[in-house]
Amino acid sequence: MADIIRLTAAELSEKLGSREISAVEATQAHLDRIADVDTDVHAFLHVSDSALDTARSIDERRASGEELGPLAGIPLAVKDVLVTTDMPSTSGSRILEGYMSPFDATVVKRSREAGLVLIGKTNMDEFAMGSSTEHSAYGPTRNPWDLGRIPGGSGGGSAAAVAAFEAPLALGSDTGGSIRQPAHVTGTVGVKPTYGAVSRYGAIALASSLDQVGPVTRTVLDAGLLQDVIGGHDPFDSTSLTDIWPSMADAAREGARGDVLKGLKVGVVRELSGEGFQAGVQSRFDETVALLQKQGAEVLEVSAPHFEYAVSAYYLILPAEASSNLAKFDSVRFGMRVQPEGGGTVEQVMAATREAGFGPEVKRRIILGTYALSAGYYDAYYGSAQKVRTLIQRDFDAAFAQVDVLISPSAPTTAFKFGEKLEDPMAMYLNDIATIPANLAGIPGISVPIGLAPEDGLPVGLQIMAPVREDARLYRVGAAIEALLEAQWGSTLISRAPALGGK
Amino acid sequence: MSEISEEQVAHLANLARIALTPQEISSLTTELDQIVDSIAKVQQVATPDVPATSHPVPLANVFRPDVVGETLTIEEALKNAPEQADNRFKVSAILGEEQ
Repeated sequence: MADIIRLTAAELSEKLGSREISAVEATQAHLDRIADVDTDVHAFLHVSDSALDTARSIDERRASGEELGPLAGIPLAVKDVLVTTDMPSTSGSRILEGYMSPFDATVVKRSREAGLVLIGKTNMDEFAMGSSTEHSAYGPTRNPWDLGRIPGGSGGGSAAAVAAFEAPLALGSDTGGSIRQPAHVTGTVGVKPTYGAVSRYGAIALASSLDQVGPVTRTVLDAGLLQDVIGGHDPFDSTSLTDIWPSMADAAREGARGDVLKGLKVGVVRELSGEGFQAGVQSRFDETVALLQKQGAEVLEVSAPHFEYAVSAYYLILPAEASSNLAKFDSVRFGMRVQPEGGGTVEQVMAATREAGFGPEVKRRIILGTYALSAGYYDAYYGSAQKVRTLIQRDFDAAFAQVDVLISPSAPTTAFKFGEKLEDPMAMYLNDIATIPANLAGIPGISVPIGLAPEDGLPVGLQIMAPVREDARLYRVGAAIEALLEAQWGSTLISRAPALGGK
Repeated sequence: MSEISEEQVAHLANLARIALTPQEISSLTTELDQIVDSIAKVQQVATPDVPATSHPVPLANVFRPDVVGETLTIEEALKNAPEQADNRFKVSAILGEEQ
């Protein structure tokens, strides 16, 4: 049964449906895998002690003839930014150590209702601030492709969990690339849906106008299956869209089958290439462009002149919103409380608590956000950043008037080594150069693996972006490219990842 | 260019209610100066004719019926509180001696 963990969620779904494998077996196989490899990988902050009970109840319901959804009985890893009633939710921060939410995030609730088996909570940069998981208060997650390298961030735990076969599916959140960049560096698939397509209720907010919850998986179809479960309108999130969405899984199946690439107009973003992009990342990307052309896609270069201001605008808007969102960690209603020496007023207790409970990157961004929102600086920084946001949306509008999808490498480099960018915040921030524009504009984006960089043998991802509400288009095109590449390679990319310790 | 001072960072830390150490204030001053220098370029293109965007996919008038929805019980609301008394959150003194 060692092979259970190698199955995709779609394959596992079939075997669960035909009773070839039970939910208990599937869950146990992944728990065993976690026990074998997670000391090395450290994808999980908490492993569920009730997963087998949940799996057992799914098996009983299935045995009694109940019609269950396609993902019933399949293990799911949940990023620690999403609150859960049965496991602690810390968002990677010391200030929330041991916090037990009185309610489930909507995406968690929907996953449970669909019969998914929550297997654990995954590691992340503190409050999702980072691109490497090095800012987790609980120690970094290691990249399954090379344990000396970062798994991306902030959702490095979720990406590493699926890449290391510790779970077939995971949930992530993407504020500036926290789903797509980890997918890129771990050879997995990650989707940031349209802003408002998936509920943010119960996602511990980083930057409310940028955050979006989405699937983290090994295949495009699996991501579609998961988005079908978690997506759709939620009255508990006032930014949730009321659209009726098509099935993303159906879109992925359609894409994998056929010739959606024929006649597809594909735009290559001029500003997301060249300087700063690693040679092997660029060469894999260029090969993919050639492959698309061979399949009859019409590829043209498009310009997005304001993208060069995107990272700057993002690092004003995000800290501004975060400094406000994180004000709730006040040592009163939940979380840590630290008494200053000799006691103090509630304000002094608050300041001592936040000093002890927040890590360096969180403090940096809160101070930066407080600065950007200060009287006298507001118009120059925050106000200007919001205008840049308009200009970036206009760049996207102009581009999508010419093409159906936009593509770029998902990040400028492959996985870097631990410590490499830790002392240089701007270098870390620039890692999200390709992913940030989509968050600023609210459009959906996906990262799919397109090969290994020749110089270091590490995974490279292709980012595909579509207009707002066109998530299904990402799944169609993403699945088509995935199918073509796997046919060319004769295997999946992830099957080429080195074996980890364990069985 | 941006010339952020240690006094300014100390003031911001006070506004943000974080009791930064002198070492943190000093290193944050250097870092913020560098960060602000590199992100200040948003001003180059943010001309007066460009409207600001606060919300990527704007919605208007998101209402719900004015009825009691799901709420937490007192126990649920208090269960994560560092300190509680008489069904309330308990905090230390609001005012200091000098106030």
